[in-house]
Amino acid sequence: MENKILGYVDGRLRENERLEVEKHLAGCAACCLRVNEFRAVSGLLEELPMIEPTAAFDLRVRARVAAEPVKQSWWAWLIPAPRVTIAALVLMLATIWVGTASKNQPQIAQEDIPVLENYDVLSNFEPLTELPQPVQADDGGQQQSPQM
Amino acid sequence: MARSDVQLMLDVKAGDEQSFTLLLHRYRSPLVNFLYRMVRNREQAEDLAQEVFLRVYRARENYVPSAKFTTWLFRIATNLALNSVRDTRYQRMEISLDAPVTVDAEEGEEKTLDIAEKHQNIEQHLVEETRKKMIRHAIEKLPEKQRAAVLLHKYQELDYGEIAKILQCSESALKSLLFRAYETLRVELAPLVAQQGKS
Ligand SMILES: [Zn+2]
Repeated sequence: MENKILGYVDGRLRENERLEVEKHLAGCAACCLRVNEFRAVSGLLEELPMIEPTAAFDLRVRARVAAEPVKQSWWAWLIPAPRVTIAALVLMLATIWVGTASKNQPQIAQEDIPVLENYDVLSNFEPLTELPQPVQADDGGQQQSPQM
Repeated sequence: MARSDVQLMLDVKAGDEQSFTLLLHRYRSPLVNFLYRMVRNREQAEDLAQEVFLRVYRARENYVPSAKFTTWLFRIATNLALNSVRDTRYQRMEISLDAPVTVDAEEGEEKTLDIAEKHQNIEQHLVEETRKKMIRHAIEKLPEKQRAAVLLHKYQELDYGEIAKILQCSESALKSLLFRAYETLRVELAPLVAQQGKS
């Protein structure tokens, strides 16, 4: 019963508990007295005046909050700058892709080598040396210019 | 519609400083009053309330709305208050074993109002002052855990479950804590209780 008296005074009991207390109170003068006295105490507590925080209070809280170091965990940079993150990820993926692709290049070059060798053989082939070399055609402009 | 405490706190977590200001405005007065009744010193109460808000701010990144915001807020406040009371108790014991309860600004302010009162009202006013002082001292004399329970129950109007979580005890332990507190108050305030009963 003791634990229910204050709840009864404050109206915090469930309906079935309240009825149970009321049933007890009907036959118990001691608990009735206590209910009245707790009710009086509860009323007296309401007389206590409240204080107002001083004007400086908010300012002090803001100053202390502002003085807090901006501590960020190692992944926190993901949150404030999603564009930078995406750009960085794209760049990273591009680097990986280029790196993977560049592994194929030496293979292509090796296939080209026999062709180049054949070209050298052909260009140094004696019966063909009398013919104007195809390389000279590129320099032709430079050679012709003094004549003009 | 006003955002709930939890929503405001989640907005603070997302980096919205304005929501922190709203929480500050919502809870500065309840916190300062609670702490004032706990530590019995206005300046110290404000310092502790600032500390509570600072801790809320610091915890924003890890905030998870697992409990009611007020439960969390007053748990921080209660822990700070209990530590502070225990710390200052040793200091006070060194000065005097039965030093009078701290007289601070609140009484001073009320006395300046006395002078402005008309002569015929002075007597009535003094009666009221004595009454308030008795009530205040009765609360201040309660053991700190009982005091915290009464303050959270009576002035913050938190429910039993919430107060039990704040004080880290079971609901039935809280109920007997409150019962003992009211028993003490009933005895301490006996003359006023008797008056109250008559009126
Ligand atoms: Zn009884």
